[in-house]
Amino acid sequence: MAITIERLPDAYRQMQVIRKFEEAIRSLFQQGRIRGSFHPCVGQEATAVGACWPLRKDDYLTCTYRGHGHALAKGLSVRAAMAEMLGKATGCSKGKGGSMHFTDPTVGLLGANAIVGAGLPHAAGAALASQMQKTDRVALTVFGEGAVNQGVFHETLNLAATWKLPVIFVCENNLFSEMTPSHETTSEVETYRRASSYKMPASRVDGNDLEIMYSAVETAVLRARTGAGPTYIEAMTYRLWGHMMGDPEVYRTKEDVSRAREVEPLVRLGKRLREIGRSDADINMLEAEAEAIIADAIEFAEASPIPDAAEALTEVFS
Amino acid sequence: MAIITYAQALNQALREELRTDPRVFLMGEDIGLHGGIFRVTADLFAEFGAERIRDTPISESGFIGLGIGAAIAGMRPVVELLFMDFALVAADQIVNQAAKLRYMAGGTLSVPIVIRAQQGGGRGNGAQHSQSFESWMAQIPGLIVIAPSTPADAKGLLKAAIRAGNPVVFIEHKLLYNTKGEVPDGEHVLPIGRADIKRSGRDVTIVAYSRMLLLAMEAAMQLADKGIEAEVIDLRTIEPLDMDTVIASVKGTGRLLVVHEAHSNCGVGAEIIARMYEQAPDALVVPARRLGAKHVPIPVAEVLENFVLPQVDDIVNTVASMF
Repeated sequence: MAITIERLPDAYRQMQVIRKFEEAIRSLFQQGRIRGSFHPCVGQEATAVGACWPLRKDDYLTCTYRGHGHALAKGLSVRAAMAEMLGKATGCSKGKGGSMHFTDPTVGLLGANAIVGAGLPHAAGAALASQMQKTDRVALTVFGEGAVNQGVFHETLNLAATWKLPVIFVCENNLFSEMTPSHETTSEVETYRRASSYKMPASRVDGNDLEIMYSAVETAVLRARTGAGPTYIEAMTYRLWGHMMGDPEVYRTKEDVSRAREVEPLVRLGKRLREIGRSDADINMLEAEAEAIIADAIEFAEASPIPDAAEALTEVFS
Repeated sequence: MAIITYAQALNQALREELRTDPRVFLMGEDIGLHGGIFRVTADLFAEFGAERIRDTPISESGFIGLGIGAAIAGMRPVVELLFMDFALVAADQIVNQAAKLRYMAGGTLSVPIVIRAQQGGGRGNGAQHSQSFESWMAQIPGLIVIAPSTPADAKGLLKAAIRAGNPVVFIEHKLLYNTKGEVPDGEHVLPIGRADIKRSGRDVTIVAYSRMLLLAMEAAMQLADKGIEAEVIDLRTIEPLDMDTVIASVKGTGRLLVVHEAHSNCGVGAEIIARMYEQAPDALVVPARRLGAKHVPIPVAEVLENFVLPQVDDIVNTVASMF
């Protein structure tokens, strides 16, 4: 199974929206207009789109604090995301969640999570609900390779495999756990081997190739939807920017990053579009469309009201 | 009215909710065929099967995390911690996740999960199987904390907890499971957040909950022999706290003692007394007092454990010293 060639331009536009969203956030952050943390996903756009596009709107997703890409690819409104970044009442969490907690259950997004590994059991639990409710909804959770040393990673994989839950585990291996190369702190860097030991299909794929990523996830989704249980996909990717704003990036050289930029997902999908006959003008048009989506979101967010202070005391309980 | 044990009352509550609401299911260690070490889930496996009475691995973060996800996706999980002490290995899922996900989502989702756990000492189970964590839990915005003392309250409040639509930490006590009491026949659901006056009296207000309520009642009988009539209030819910009932009582008695098994330090007693001084300082004719565990881990040998945990004599002597 594969993404159809006709959808590749749409995927490219989606990846550009994610890239330009992060670029806009960096600019706003540098202007001091965004509070708190920002963990950019630049360079990981193909894993985001490849993980989320094979899902239905009503399928569940949990992701990480480096999760803007996943949230947007799953269908979170760009306007609501941007407004949330600016702390506006029109944000997806009305200013209560911010960058690390994008949530929108209407598109299946059960939440990005700021605790490493903590979103895995939530996806497995949503999958358990689907199984008990006898629906064919599946759940997918995205996490970094830094999560594989957390206890809850192992607890969740064990439960998911034991109960044959319709859940897909997508490990975005970007080589760095925060600001430490993962190979320095992890005995088995091929994380899919750990998943294999829980007796589920597990493989490593080139996550920066949108078509490969999409195919791997689509196969896993079909497996989950038909009751065959969980799958683990280790998607190799690379974080082109630092862990967060202000990261001095002492753990790698500028040359490392330059080399990675030559094979980053947008460059590769751009080449692929030319291979299938798209012109430079076509590609420029897709980028311009993405740019317009981001400009509209910023305009919307800037025009939106800030929340009433008293709203801070609401929505603790249902 | 039937006279049944606390464990049987909880069992009834679970059975009734499992029968009437297909969203309800149970997860925990040894709760299935075995029926649980305290028999709370006895025979539920036979009626509802392995899908709804789920034996889990010893993996508290995992199965509480799964419960949270299932709750968001429309189920009503009731998960059991074998001992409250084990909440600490799942603390992230309880504190950072269950309690906060709704708020961080701007109210767009809810987490209707009940986390049941028995806690407390008095049985020589030692420092990692005897702790009382209600004040920790009550300090986390987003958690409802319930700690019933009688079979009737246990049943009525567990049913309410399952229907609450929010994360509830439902605290039981290992020494209460075999205590007996009358439980109303038929549907019996109690309001969360309402204290109950278990004994009326005009001279002093004793606030307690969970197992300490029983000790407070015993102390009240002994105090009556000394001519002191104690009013005993069972908090039943720790969060939200029913200060109205406490204040109304103290306005009549002028004296307040809070008794709990958790350590005194930064405990529920401290909270109630602080609120008393904030909200109705003039009601007190003598300074309010509290009794809790002494500030050491809970030891095993009987003489040591009894020395650390509040006893009936401690309650009687403390009240007597307030006159």
